[in-house]
Amino acid sequence: MSELAHTNHTEKKDFLVRSSSLKDVRSFCREVFEKLHIDQNLKDELVLAIAEAAQNIVKHAYKDAPDTEDKMVVQISCKDSKLQIGFYDMGTPVDPGKVKHREIDNVKPGGLGTFFIQQIMDAVEFKDGKKPWINHLVLTKQL
Amino acid sequence: MTYKVEEIDTKRVVHLNGEIDMDVADKARQTILPLIEAGHEVHLNLSKVEYMDSSGISVLIESKKLSEKKNTKFELVEVSKPVEKVLAMARKFL
Repeated sequence: MSELAHTNHTEKKDFLVRSSSLKDVRSFCREVFEKLHIDQNLKDELVLAIAEAAQNIVKHAYKDAPDTEDKMVVQISCKDSKLQIGFYDMGTPVDPGKVKHREIDNVKPGGLGTFFIQQIMDAVEFKDGKKPWINHLVLTKQL
Repeated sequence: MTYKVEEIDTKRVVHLNGEIDMDVADKARQTILPLIEAGHEVHLNLSKVEYMDSSGISVLIESKKLSEKKNTKFELVEVSKPVEKVLAMARKFL
């Protein structure tokens, strides 16, 4: 990891809440992590965690609105070697108590996602979404 | 994601290419599961898969479970480094 990873940097981008946006979410993250000079190994893990969290928005917060025109925002901030990734959406409110990975006998697409996020990140926190947002998820990783 | 199916006697070798996420997992599922359903031994080559998330892993699990039910074989024959890494992480859970 270079010294650039220790500089303060924030970027955000919005994406249509669709599964077809996940590729664009990954591209955005890769571009930002390139700028931060995060090493390839960690970059791959972070991209996976972010893509899984974005996937959860599509799959769960917008479960009943597959053709929505709503957008979700992904914000990546790096301050004092602490990486913080914020997700904002206007979907169905998430009950943090119900967000957990499934048991293996009940694995469905995306079922491992929460497990991956928890494995990769140091902290996963749901905050109160400030208007117009309903959900605000923050993933944190110390670099 | 693109794919190619190679026929070797009764065996089918499925080559997947590109990125496998929620958006294309159904395409992968619809490529692999009917082959297993038909009783073929399926070998899956993932050497050209650059990215796979939990949706892709779920397709692998479903394929394995179906092969056990159909009493046939489902095997990974080649795996790219990115996929190997995600599989290693998934194994901690499995």
